[in-house]
Amino acid sequence: MKGPGRAVAATLWRYMPVVLLCCAWEVASRSGLISSDTLPTPSAVAQAWLGLLRSGDLVSNGTASLIVLSEGLLLSVTVGIALGVAMARIPLVEDILGPLVKTLYPIPKSALIPIMIIWFGLGATSKVASIFLGCLLPIVTSTFYGVKGVERTLIWSARALGAKPASVTWGVLLPAAMADILAGIRNAIAIGFILLVSSELLIGQTGIGFLISFLGEAGSYAGMLAAILTISAAGFFADRAFVLLSRRVLVWRG
Amino acid sequence: MTNDPRFLIRCGSITALLVAWELAARLNLATSFHLPALSRVLQRLWTNALTGDLEIALLETLGRTLCGFGLAAGLGVVVGILMVRIRFAGWWFEPLVSLGLPLPKIAFLPLFVLWFGVYEESKILMIAFSAVFPVIVGASAGAENVERHLVWSARSLGVAPGKILWDVVLPAALPQIFTGLQIALPTALIVSVVCEMALGGLGLGATVVGSMRMMDSVGSFAGLIAIAVLGSAMIKLMEQMRRRLLVWHPESHR
Repeated sequence: MKGPGRAVAATLWRYMPVVLLCCAWEVASRSGLISSDTLPTPSAVAQAWLGLLRSGDLVSNGTASLIVLSEGLLLSVTVGIALGVAMARIPLVEDILGPLVKTLYPIPKSALIPIMIIWFGLGATSKVASIFLGCLLPIVTSTFYGVKGVERTLIWSARALGAKPASVTWGVLLPAAMADILAGIRNAIAIGFILLVSSELLIGQTGIGFLISFLGEAGSYAGMLAAILTISAAGFFADRAFVLLSRRVLVWRG
Repeated sequence: MTNDPRFLIRCGSITALLVAWELAARLNLATSFHLPALSRVLQRLWTNALTGDLEIALLETLGRTLCGFGLAAGLGVVVGILMVRIRFAGWWFEPLVSLGLPLPKIAFLPLFVLWFGVYEESKILMIAFSAVFPVIVGASAGAENVERHLVWSARSLGVAPGKILWDVVLPAALPQIFTGLQIALPTALIVSVVCEMALGGLGLGATVVGSMRMMDSVGSFAGLIAIAVLGSAMIKLMEQMRRRLLVWHPESHR
């Protein structure tokens, strides 16, 4: 009884409220209930989106955003996991870094953007650095707790079987802590998107955030909305894709 | 106790960082624009506190954050509980919430400015929009997990439905509601700082960016420290409140 048609129908029913809202939006701005200056119709937004796609603005700025985001995230994931494992395994490192992480963690991450501009100027480096610093600590803490939570008997048995420290880390600790690490990275992706858009709104020059403020200032509100929905969709699908990927990675845990 | 080397290292690392900052600046390892000495930054904080500028900026940011957060908390708890208690509300809000939660909502800032102007309304609504989703998720998860026999016993004792909601469901869901609020409050502060940085005004975010534009990096660093202290204080206060409010809950007796 579980055909693909049934699944499609279920998904459609589930997302019906979104569809209904879009219809209400179209009707409201067509009928003049809301001025189309302040809320362009969905069809106008779709048209503007196609226009941006054809002119290449969407692709060039989208690529710029993607590069900045992936550089910042990759950096924070590698450094964050390394620091988290080191803190969990080496007491001295925990004693030194633990208090720093605890003190710096609650700093609202967006406040670092102007400092990064002071250090690296108005450019992509400042954006990457903001994303790196903002995403670093959530990954460090989740890795730390993940590795700390690994059952000691696992480590002891690996050692008793003659595994070297490096292969204990790669073969035992990281896989056992993977669920926590992945949860930290998911959190970091969300923070990364916020910092990406914020820094692009503030620094400008390139990126979807820049496109949003540029089109807004130019009075092209349909285009602005198209750009907003594009980066929103990117954030949404990045999260969904990461959740699916995590499930794949963790499939061995059952 | 104080002779414990681990304890000494723990206290030492933050002090060492601060001393390193001061020394690096004094030894001109970086220009005084890139890294102003800690003592000058603290001095600036002190002068700003004496003139009252710091207090004004602090209260401005705090007030804005709490307004947006309060809106998000009230609305989020109501919607979250309704989603569980009323089937239609669940059907209507579930897809909207699951779409809205992972979005980089800050991208909507120019749209909020277009709709609500550049003053308070747009900032507060932007903060509330960003902070409301974790509250809804927390409240609905909490209401979902309320033990059925609690509700059943209350009902069989003849308690009115409205009273059940207020006296049974809400307290039982409180731990998870609080978890949602504890995610929402730092989010609210992050967003209010970005709003102030992008739109100006009197708050701390505006101070940091304003100083940066005037090439006054001492002012920017002073603002960053003020924001960091505000963020830590808010998080600490929420933890305290959680402990106080949930004294009766098993989680506090672990």
